[in-house]
Amino acid sequence: MQIYLPIAEVSVNAFLLLGLGGMVGILSGMFGVGGGFLMTPLLFFIGIPPAVAVATEANQIVASSFSGVLAHFRRRTVDIKMGLVLQAGGLIGAAIGVLVFNYLKSLGQVDLLVKLCYVVFLGVVGGLMFIESLNALRKSRRAGGNPVPKRRQRGWVHALPLKMRFRTSGLYISVIPPIMVGILVGILAAIMGVGGGFIMVPAMIYILGMPTKVVVGTSLFQIILVTAFTTMLHATTNYTVDIVLAVLLLVGGVIGAQIGTRIGTYLKAEQLRILLALMVLAVCFKLGLDLLLTPSELFTLGVAEGH
Amino acid sequence: MGQWISNPRRATTQWLRHGRAALSLCVAITVFLIASVTNLAAQTTSNSTPSSSGEEVVLGLSKDKVAITATFDGSEILVFGAVKREQPIPDTDPLEVIVAISGPSAPVMVRRKEQKLGIWVNTDSVLVDSAPSFYAVATSAPFSDVLTDTEDLRYRVSIGRAIRSVGAGMHIRDAQEFANAVKRIRANEGLYSLRENTVAVDEQTLFRTAIDMPADLTEGAYRTRILLTRGGEVVAQYETTIDVQKVGLERFLYVMSREQPFWYGLMSLAIAIAAGWGASAAFRMLRNG
Repeated sequence: MQIYLPIAEVSVNAFLLLGLGGMVGILSGMFGVGGGFLMTPLLFFIGIPPAVAVATEANQIVASSFSGVLAHFRRRTVDIKMGLVLQAGGLIGAAIGVLVFNYLKSLGQVDLLVKLCYVVFLGVVGGLMFIESLNALRKSRRAGGNPVPKRRQRGWVHALPLKMRFRTSGLYISVIPPIMVGILVGILAAIMGVGGGFIMVPAMIYILGMPTKVVVGTSLFQIILVTAFTTMLHATTNYTVDIVLAVLLLVGGVIGAQIGTRIGTYLKAEQLRILLALMVLAVCFKLGLDLLLTPSELFTLGVAEGH
Repeated sequence: MGQWISNPRRATTQWLRHGRAALSLCVAITVFLIASVTNLAAQTTSNSTPSSSGEEVVLGLSKDKVAITATFDGSEILVFGAVKREQPIPDTDPLEVIVAISGPSAPVMVRRKEQKLGIWVNTDSVLVDSAPSFYAVATSAPFSDVLTDTEDLRYRVSIGRAIRSVGAGMHIRDAQEFANAVKRIRANEGLYSLRENTVAVDEQTLFRTAIDMPADLTEGAYRTRILLTRGGEVVAQYETTIDVQKVGLERFLYVMSREQPFWYGLMSLAIAIAAGWGASAAFRMLRNG
């Protein structure tokens, strides 16, 4: 069934969108990631204009994170205070991100920027994740599950001023690092159309030293407000949020996530992480190849604005 | 205008399938058309330019409005008509017909990629002053036979002439390449097309063609021109418009996103959250119940 998307102004198959949503949903359920980093490039591949894909994906992330964060609130695994601090940074970051996005759009470099961001971040995160989970897998095989000694990081993060107490996380640290992390993730959310969970979660664990059990809930909580803000910025400055597209992806995504969660329980954590890392690297490789190989069409058409 | 044919789509396919049998229907419509020609001119914004040869176009369209609905999947427009003349058919070159439908024109920014530090980056850009969002030309014979180059220059019929490019900055020498790129890319997307030999002309009097429009249409008034030519010279011209518009929900969402972006954004968030939450709640109920 073809459906005409009112904002993207293209006609696509509704079942293809539901299927894409479902597929990414399964993956996000399996791995506990938002899936925005997979969905946005997939939307590029099926011919949705990049600006619409990024803005709509932000809208979709708000909704798909919403039901997740409710569950975490019930389990009390959200550090609200930390979430609000991260959000403060996130809003600043999102505003910067949208400004940069619009500026580069006027220069005609926005596609390049988005793709470069993807290649760099997916490459780094995928690579690190792959190496780390490979090591973990080897260790668990050799030692039969020796408990890894847990180290609390006490570096530069603890030497900064403006300290604040975060009870849920059991931390007493400066607000500067969380705000910096928030800004970085906000910029990424605006430019790449992702929630930024794949940056946020490692940053919370390794830089801020937050306990793992509150990390996912807090990052979801933070992502909701930042992506909601990003959606509003894109909607009011670029008019690129396509609600029909968002709803179709969402319905598929929610159902897929439920299935994915069940599949995930049958696999080991290390195996899951390796799979995810391989997938991240595959998407990165494909996007990188597109930038390096000679394109079949050297010219692109764009809307002329501001003339 | 749709009143003549109650079901345009079915009529179209029938027409194409039994081209010969439909001729009698065509004649009947033509008679009706000629009878109501004064009426027609008053009703629509179309205009006809009679020529010195005394030949004039009388036109019918299967529809003069294209509604983009949620399930819009392209549209086919049947263009048919007749040549009205007081004198007998001239004894010179045979009559040829050109039908050109053009979407709203807008400036287009064309960018060219170049390899910099190993990766392909947009570098040079040229603003093409005006290019139609859609352009289809149907002719009754090969293009070069139905219209001379001088006449093409005057009437801007061919795809290349429909794109207007004043020129690029001094640093770009091959500006024509950029205009050609617009032509090539849009032709690949099915937005520009030259359909030679697709207009059927009977007895130098009746003509008909079907033009299909892709699903990715932009809104606006589509300028529809019919040119009658003899020996490559235009002998009569007729012009009308086809309105392409989003309707219903599509229109509502589009207009709201432009005119009330703030509320549209809030609404999008609310709908998306409700849908996501609803779907997961429904799934949970399904599993538990």
